[in-house]
Amino acid sequence: MEGFVFPVLSVIVFVPIVAGVVILFMNSEQRDLIRGVAIAAAATVFVLSLAVYIGYNAQVASVTANQEAILSDAAIQSPSTLMFKEGLAFEEHVEWVQSLGIAYHVGVDGLSVPMVLLTGMVAVAGVLISWRIEDRTREFMAFFMLLVAGVYGVFVAIDMFTLFFFYELAIFPMYLLIATWGWVQTREYAAMKLTLYILVGSVVALVGVIAMVMVAHQFFNTEAGIQIIRNAVDSGILSPSAFAADGSVRISFDMVNLTLAAENGAFNVAGYGGIQTLTFAKLWFPFIFIGFAVLAGVFPFHNWSPDGHVAAPTAVSMIHAGVLMKLGAYAALRAGVQLLPGGAEVHLPWIVFLTLVNVVYGAFIAFRQRDFKYVIGFSSVSHMGLVSMGWATMNIIGMTGAGLQMFSHGAMTALFFGCVGMVYDRAHTRDIPSLGGFIKKMPWVGLAFIIGGLTSMGMPGLSGFIAEFPIFVGMWNASPDVSLQAGGFVLSNYYSVIVILAALGIVITAAYVLRVVGQVFFGEFNAALYPEVGDIAITDRIILILLGAPLIIVGILPWVMAPLIESGVRPIVALLGGG
Amino acid sequence: MTEFNFLQSLPSVAPEIGLTILAVVVLLLDVYLPENQRRTIAYVTAVGLALLAITPIIWAPPAAGAGAENLLYWGGMVRHDTLAQIFKVMVLLAGSLSSLMAIDVKGLGRRGEFYLIIVVSTLGATLISGAADLIMVFLGLETLSIPLYVLAAFNRNDARSAEGGMKYFLFGSFASALMLFGFSILYGFSGQTNLYAIADQLSVGLGSTPIPVLVAMVLVVVGFGFKIGAVPFHFWTPDMYEGAPTPVTAFVSVASKAASFALLMRFLIAVFPNTLVLGNQDIQSFWVQLAAAMAVISMTLGNVLALSQRNIKRLLAYSSIAQAGYTLIGVAAIQAQAPLDQAQAVASVGFYMFMYVFTNILAFAVVVLFSEATGSETIADLAGLNRRSPWLALTLTVALLSLAGIPPAAGFFGKFFLFNAAVKSGLAWLAIVGVLNSIVALYYYLVVIKVMYVDRSPDEDKPIPMSSASGWVLGIPTVLVLVLGTIGAQVVFNWAVAGAVSLFAS
Repeated sequence: MEGFVFPVLSVIVFVPIVAGVVILFMNSEQRDLIRGVAIAAAATVFVLSLAVYIGYNAQVASVTANQEAILSDAAIQSPSTLMFKEGLAFEEHVEWVQSLGIAYHVGVDGLSVPMVLLTGMVAVAGVLISWRIEDRTREFMAFFMLLVAGVYGVFVAIDMFTLFFFYELAIFPMYLLIATWGWVQTREYAAMKLTLYILVGSVVALVGVIAMVMVAHQFFNTEAGIQIIRNAVDSGILSPSAFAADGSVRISFDMVNLTLAAENGAFNVAGYGGIQTLTFAKLWFPFIFIGFAVLAGVFPFHNWSPDGHVAAPTAVSMIHAGVLMKLGAYAALRAGVQLLPGGAEVHLPWIVFLTLVNVVYGAFIAFRQRDFKYVIGFSSVSHMGLVSMGWATMNIIGMTGAGLQMFSHGAMTALFFGCVGMVYDRAHTRDIPSLGGFIKKMPWVGLAFIIGGLTSMGMPGLSGFIAEFPIFVGMWNASPDVSLQAGGFVLSNYYSVIVILAALGIVITAAYVLRVVGQVFFGEFNAALYPEVGDIAITDRIILILLGAPLIIVGILPWVMAPLIESGVRPIVALLGGG
Repeated sequence: MTEFNFLQSLPSVAPEIGLTILAVVVLLLDVYLPENQRRTIAYVTAVGLALLAITPIIWAPPAAGAGAENLLYWGGMVRHDTLAQIFKVMVLLAGSLSSLMAIDVKGLGRRGEFYLIIVVSTLGATLISGAADLIMVFLGLETLSIPLYVLAAFNRNDARSAEGGMKYFLFGSFASALMLFGFSILYGFSGQTNLYAIADQLSVGLGSTPIPVLVAMVLVVVGFGFKIGAVPFHFWTPDMYEGAPTPVTAFVSVASKAASFALLMRFLIAVFPNTLVLGNQDIQSFWVQLAAAMAVISMTLGNVLALSQRNIKRLLAYSSIAQAGYTLIGVAAIQAQAPLDQAQAVASVGFYMFMYVFTNILAFAVVVLFSEATGSETIADLAGLNRRSPWLALTLTVALLSLAGIPPAAGFFGKFFLFNAAVKSGLAWLAIVGVLNSIVALYYYLVVIKVMYVDRSPDEDKPIPMSSASGWVLGIPTVLVLVLGTIGAQVVFNWAVAGAVSLFAS
């Protein structure tokens, strides 16, 4: 070890927890002090997240060069895992329950760094937009901080147990925030529905991951497995503590170990469960991938999402649609595709149909909504379908696009929900036909919404284009390689058809975005109906700038983010057999 | 067994000796203390039990490698091993917190006999944690149970309390009788009363007929099933939980259950080990299947019935049935092949009980404080609790989340260890049933949390008073639940693994 290293990721995770506990011990009447602690904590983690982003961005060129060197050197064993390990930065490793292979292991790679930044942005925006909450401010801010900590924890977790720990940690504060401070009419129903959906998905995935760890452990304790671990220790992928004192291989929930098992075919051994053609990966992939993808709103498990977003208070909608849905997509990629590539190759070709339904059906439903917030809710379902579609391309271009889409959609949706919240706070209605002309009274909000809308429909020059275009290209490129087999029936080269249909979704997106913009922000303003509507406060402007600026920056300068994400997906694509 | 040495045998029963002295002290205090100083009795009991919880750690059992014969004391009556040590600490702390909880309860807090009976019952619980002989098992169980029959009906003038106590007594004595019948069969065929000697003799005495052993096993499991409140021996639970004074309910739900799980595991592993094969029948697979079946129906029935409860104590009663079901998953997982996996299965039960003791004590402590202040135990009356008393609402939330298995509360680790053990031993289906059940459970726990935080009530501007004693009884378990759920998990789990290893030592 080279002396003391500032544990930046742990600080990012624990600052919100400490802030939350401090807030709980404060006097509930000192609202401004409570808000001050909350914003200080959020700002701190945002600045640290930005530092992590900039720090990682500075070294991404060397990471990429190393990864390419690894790829081109045929002599290297387990190249994907080595590339994954190469990409990790700011790692911290502390044993937790060693006898079961549980460790607190955090770190970031190119995929998670943008997510960490996104979480920081939304955390700050969420605290600012909740500034005027007067009902039990103390509890609101404390639970919000806990939620932020949970989200951060998932994005930086490298140990699967740590990932689950924070994943479940995020669920409970979310429930209380929605049920207590949400929209009176549906909040209890929506909060419960959302919590149960997400929890069912995640616990089924948890059992799958435990089983995966067992399989990997057995695999590593064969003669060939021990040799693999020995090589991995020699090449620096694993530390020598991978071996127990008696020379056997320790059990581990670490993603690096599990990736190593996946790369060496531990999960592709035929005959799992006594069935000749079944492998572990084939059986468990759908449970693990879809179990997490529930939180990404994958059809037909998307139903909780619009209800949840609409019922939630604005800050929670922002963090929920903006960050939590990415949590689902991110964990599905990590635990599903990265650890079970053998299952991904079999199952993603049909899961892609679900994502197509997401994209097109979500857009159609969004078009039909009268409620401003439901439009955004269903648009999230539609856009998150594109992320999952990007995973299904299983090539670098498509997956990089999906990674960019996660960031772009996160900032954009948070911006949307922020705009909706600002309009609703002043107009007290979200009924689209009865609104109108708001851009005259709230030019900032109108402008921000239009930027978000243009991003959403994939306008070049904004981040949406940078994200969606590669997904479509990736799908098109993947088309010749992918085929779906069911019994004697073989379907091949159908990704190209899916791309064309998915592109239709973009057209519909344009239609509903323009409809909302036209009806809410343009047209006649009814001053008698909405006497309170005026321009927004300075804090609100900060929110709009914070969330809107990245859309433009990434749109114009895609190289500030694309290489990062590419370095993050490269090992995963290599695991899937691509170049 | 080594030669009897009085002084060397004393440490193995140090807590029991201390408890006997404490019982006498409490009795004397009850007689001599004037009315205005009677709160002292509660403090003496609570502090005394808490101090006694240190004794099993001071006089620790011999190290694991010492050989099984060095673990048996008092003519083979008790076994002084790490598993007994853990469970003794557990029940002593449970007794301590339950006594502290009772301090401000009307009609209970100043009655010296209440504390006396709690101490005696704790004595029974510590005895069965380390019992290694049929006679000691039965003696310990009755020492644990008979005081509890009395306590359940402590509010003599309350019809619910009398009904609950009566049901508990009738079911209990019936279960004891059946279990005793099972013991007699085991004794009849083996001629041994020591748990660790029975297994060897059974194969000699029985030859190749497993039937009598199975009958005995079922009868014994009936007795334990009653004590842990598993379906189908759970019928006493809701009425007794609802009727008994709440501190008693808390004590029954944790101390009695935890000690019984210790005994259950020790009994099954010692008397029906996996080496016991009669007529080509592997005897262990029978009790594993029995435990798995009881786990499934206990979890499912407990959780489903809890959904419709309106009384918080009844809800916790059904939830405790379900919790017994989860714990039985760990018992079934003892069928694992590798010794390490077996030990981890036992350890997962130990850890689960350890965290469950504090979680349930915490939940009942909030119920005690709430019902003393408001006179109500219905869930709907918890409305607005967050506004009335933020700390009560928060601590009950922590307890319910722990029961539901949501981090950072200890229940997450507890459930994780159990399901992990189940998957390791090839019972992945049982883990799936368990996690699906925990979703059902989360629903009704969340409903209670929702009532406290979301619902409004006309009384919400009336704060709930709290004494310093109640601060301790809320604070200690809350901190422990959170520590066990985060940084403390490793320590306690390793301790439980050591206990499990000592359990298998022979």
